[in-house]
Amino acid sequence: MQPVATTFFFYFLSAVTVISGLLVITRRNAVHSALALILALIGQAGLYLMLYAPFVAGVQIILYAGGIMVLFLFVIMLVSIEQSLKEEQFSKLWVVGLVSALALGGLFVAVYLKGKGIFPERVMIPPETSNTQEIANYLYGNYMFAFEIASLLLLVAIIGAVVMAKKRI
Amino acid sequence: MLDYINSYLSDTVHVTPGEAGNFFWALVYIIAIFAGLSVAVIAMNWLERKILAHMQIRLGPMRVGPHGLLQPVADAIKLLLKEDILPSEADPLVFWLAPLIVVWTAFTVFIVVPFGPTHAVTDMNIGVLFMLGVSSLSVLGVVTAGWASNSHYPLIGALRSSAQMVSYEIAMGLAVVSAVLMSSLNAEGTGTLSRIGLVQAQEAQQTWFIFKFFPLGLIAFFVFAVAMVAETNRAPFDLPEAESELTAGFHTEYSGFRWSLFFLAEYSAMIAVSSIAVTLWLGGWLRPFPHALTGETWDLVFSLFPGITFMFLAAITFYSVARMPKHPYFRVQTIGLAGFGAVLALIGLALFAPPVRDRIQDVYWFVVKVAGFMYLYIWYRGTFPRYRFDQLMKVGWKVLLPIGLGVLILTAVSGIVF
Repeated sequence: MQPVATTFFFYFLSAVTVISGLLVITRRNAVHSALALILALIGQAGLYLMLYAPFVAGVQIILYAGGIMVLFLFVIMLVSIEQSLKEEQFSKLWVVGLVSALALGGLFVAVYLKGKGIFPERVMIPPETSNTQEIANYLYGNYMFAFEIASLLLLVAIIGAVVMAKKRI
Repeated sequence: MLDYINSYLSDTVHVTPGEAGNFFWALVYIIAIFAGLSVAVIAMNWLERKILAHMQIRLGPMRVGPHGLLQPVADAIKLLLKEDILPSEADPLVFWLAPLIVVWTAFTVFIVVPFGPTHAVTDMNIGVLFMLGVSSLSVLGVVTAGWASNSHYPLIGALRSSAQMVSYEIAMGLAVVSAVLMSSLNAEGTGTLSRIGLVQAQEAQQTWFIFKFFPLGLIAFFVFAVAMVAETNRAPFDLPEAESELTAGFHTEYSGFRWSLFFLAEYSAMIAVSSIAVTLWLGGWLRPFPHALTGETWDLVFSLFPGITFMFLAAITFYSVARMPKHPYFRVQTIGLAGFGAVLALIGLALFAPPVRDRIQDVYWFVVKVAGFMYLYIWYRGTFPRYRFDQLMKVGWKVLLPIGLGVLILTAVSGIVF
């Protein structure tokens, strides 16, 4: 199926992502920030869908929006909101922030102005119906070793968390 | 416009409206599914009370309408007229948002539910993944509802609920993966996550996945069936709303229409997870024995089932009409019940007409299988005592997760060996 109204959806999803991203850093209430972050992640999932990557979009929703953010909320909910509202929350490193923001903005502008040569003219659009299978082939075929190393890393992290949390095993 | 509408109906189109890119028919399907779901939730409300009551040797609702048939309507009116209370210490925005999140997620998943080979809003390449992902978002609604109420019982209920849903999602995912693995046992060796594709794989392999690699399919189905009850927070895993200890859990502070949104979402989520189980293990829209009992005669016999079902319901209704008390006080109720039976009989007659019965087949078998699961939900609630929280976590992490992993590995091994 051909996508429809692509321009509209691109700008809509980008606006959702950017605005909720701004809300994440400007809200004083941590739970509101977390909810805005979830909205930003869902907007990103929509952008992945527009890039013909349905599997990545689905995984984005399951892992980030559904799994990790629930754990975030879980922790934030246990923080006393009244106390944290009174405390000074914002970092004073605004000079560093300004410099890095300017650098990133400059990079964007440079790429926008001179980027034509960097990117290929046309991108091959993979068929949507076999997208998941393609990812599986790459993940378990070409990049098997990297995949296994990553899972080992996660296992180490889990064992480390258990060791740190439990005094006596 | 008319050409656009008719273009989907031509004989060359054999895909869902979403894939054909036809907005009109996609909208028709969405409205039909939404209406059907609302009716199903109303029916479930009445059936749950009646069946539970009969299991406990009570009568259940009898006063509003004949045999309490109008009780759900009365309940709906009561909920809509009730005062909508916003607790003064609550967080208004999040309090308002939470029921909406739950309802959105509960209804959004239905765009990939296949009621037939072409009867779905759309068929996604990532159908099952999409469904699991979106329904996992409903945890957010529960958590935010509990937090925004700014009260102790809802917060504890929300914490329990999120812990429970996150843990059982893993067992559920493992069971689903083993079914997806079975779908890859074809000539090309590639499986599918599309829900229509999964049913077609069962059709091609000539077996429901519940009987595949006996008893591996059955065990995976069992893991899923337990996890799905925990996912939807139903008895015996209804700890988040354990009324004896937490009044009503995460929705204690909700009243009126907002509470009814939670209610609606709970039942449509039950239907949604049952539909996953049906498509993955019970052959989706396929009728029983599509390969063993073939031929014109058997096709005819199985196509008569929808009509017979409604005729049976009508017969029960007329039997109840005959048993109604003969006192003049009950005249209106008797006439109403007879009218209800007549409507059921008319629907049954309409379903006997050849053009209707050929088109309704797939939808009928799918709905019947889902309805079986809905009955099981009520049965569990009438039978099992509630689990304690640590027992619940133990079942999720120490029993279902290892079983799911084991079945996954054994399925992969049998897929290679056989």
